Amino acid sequence: MSAETLYGLCAAALVGLGLFGSIVDPQPLRKILAFNLLGGGVFLLFGVIARRGAAAGMAADPVPQAMVITGIVVAFSATALAVTLLLRLFETTGQATLRTGAPARPDPDSDRAGS
Amino acid sequence: MRQVLDIFTVAAVSAGALFFLVGTVGLLRFPDPLTRLHALTKADNLGLGLVVLGLLPQAEGFLAGVKLVAVWLLAQLAGATVTQLVARAVRRGGPPA
Amino acid sequence: MSTGFALDAGLVLDAGLAALVLAVAVGAIVAGTAFAAVVGFVTYGLLLALVWVRLAAVDVALTEAAIGSGVTGAVLIAAAARLRPAEARSAAERPGVPLRLAAAVLSALVAAGLAMLVLLPSAPAPSLGPAAAVHLPELAIGNPVTAVLLAYRAIDTLLEKIVLLLALLGVWSLAPDRFWGGAPGQPHAAQQDGALALLARLLPPVGIVVGVYILWVGAVAPGGAFQGGAILAAMWILVMIAGLRDAPATGGRRVRLLLVVGPAVFLAVGLAGFVVADGFLAYPASYAKPLIIAIEVVLTLSIAVILGLLASGPPGRERQR
Repeated sequence: MSAETLYGLCAAALVGLGLFGSIVDPQPLRKILAFNLLGGGVFLLFGVIARRGAAAGMAADPVPQAMVITGIVVAFSATALAVTLLLRLFETTGQATLRTGAPARPDPDSDRAGS
Repeated sequence: MRQVLDIFTVAAVSAGALFFLVGTVGLLRFPDPLTRLHALTKADNLGLGLVVLGLLPQAEGFLAGVKLVAVWLLAQLAGATVTQLVARAVRRGGPPA
Repeated sequence: MSTGFALDAGLVLDAGLAALVLAVAVGAIVAGTAFAAVVGFVTYGLLLALVWVRLAAVDVALTEAAIGSGVTGAVLIAAAARLRPAEARSAAERPGVPLRLAAAVLSALVAAGLAMLVLLPSAPAPSLGPAAAVHLPELAIGNPVTAVLLAYRAIDTLLEKIVLLLALLGVWSLAPDRFWGGAPGQPHAAQQDGALALLARLLPPVGIVVGVYILWVGAVAPGGAFQGGAILAAMWILVMIAGLRDAPATGGRRVRLLLVVGPAVFLAVGLAGFVVADGFLAYPASYAKPLIIAIEVVLTLSIAVILGLLASGPPGRERQR
């Protein structure tokens, strides 16, 4: 088995793992984290395809590499926005949950001071 | 001459790897955060230092060697700072490990 | 004989690295606390950067380590600390066994499908490498990835800068109205003599040199605007966390100018392409390299400021005039 195939299988497993985590974990922050993990797997698949496309004296096809670099930056933008939304939800309701029908009023017991 | 340098590289990198191994075992086995920090710094300082020392004869030119040493120095600086911060957090009874 | 041994040793390293990445990923998903999960995720990102080196994609490795693991990790860890009071309650809402089982089956199917694609590759492997190589001498850019980012697919890179700006506007918009234009969050407590303050004084001079170097070598070797910008942003974030400098007011004219100068120059050069070259984002042949480097320099500045402000979060103070 070649190294590319090995990392390709690893990437496939990472996508499955990230998908599972983003569905099953109830905490929004950990859903975001799992989604980023899934993204890492997808990028890695691009890397495997790039390495297989080594040609013209290059060790790997530069086009998928450039797409992954753009992808990593866009994934970070989306993550920062999602985390800010989540923190705003927590500030407003005192909870961090996606459950529908959760009480919308601030919870007096929770610590809202933050830092 | 080439062979002597190669043997030196293998010996130093092996010694460095050994420190990493010992440091990791200590990290897993020691009972509390402060002793674990102690184990970790051994891997960081000595382990990485020996690996860098061993790789120096293999560096392509003077500048590449300087970069290797810079990596070690930066890891030292970051490691020392993080160790201080973790130790301070432990003393204040901060977040559990 | 000796190459065969070297290849085998490489494969052993690859197998160990792949197993480690998977193990850390599982650890990040099943970790007991959100904090532990984020620590696992940062480790996963750094290991992934090593994988990128093994796949001969050093540009991607730098980006993954700096942005995918570093800055993302900083954002996630700050959020995990603030959400700790709500953690126990939301963690108790785990879905029932049937849903978990269904999710596991679905995830396994997706993973198996992707694994099939990996194991049954199309032959010959598709590659745009030769096409990318054709114009490299004209551009005088030695790094094909930089050439793709700033010449062949410059429009993608331009739009990605717009996405970064839009994300920052989205983050700012989540602040209460009275804070619009104010500085992000609360100022970090200044610790003038702590270990962190020492690091925040010692590291930035080195980090700024490294950031500029990575930007500069991007033309001929791995590196470029994203990686350099992310390193500069990391130095700025370090100084802010240590409390040596407060975050700037988001409504300040200088901050706003730095935010848009990169995309604006990129867009202006792109529009000028209609007049002096063949069309939008086309460079006149003899000026391609200086133009690309000029764009990269201003992009690096904008990327550093955008990343730093994205990591700082929405405005949390009223603007002082």
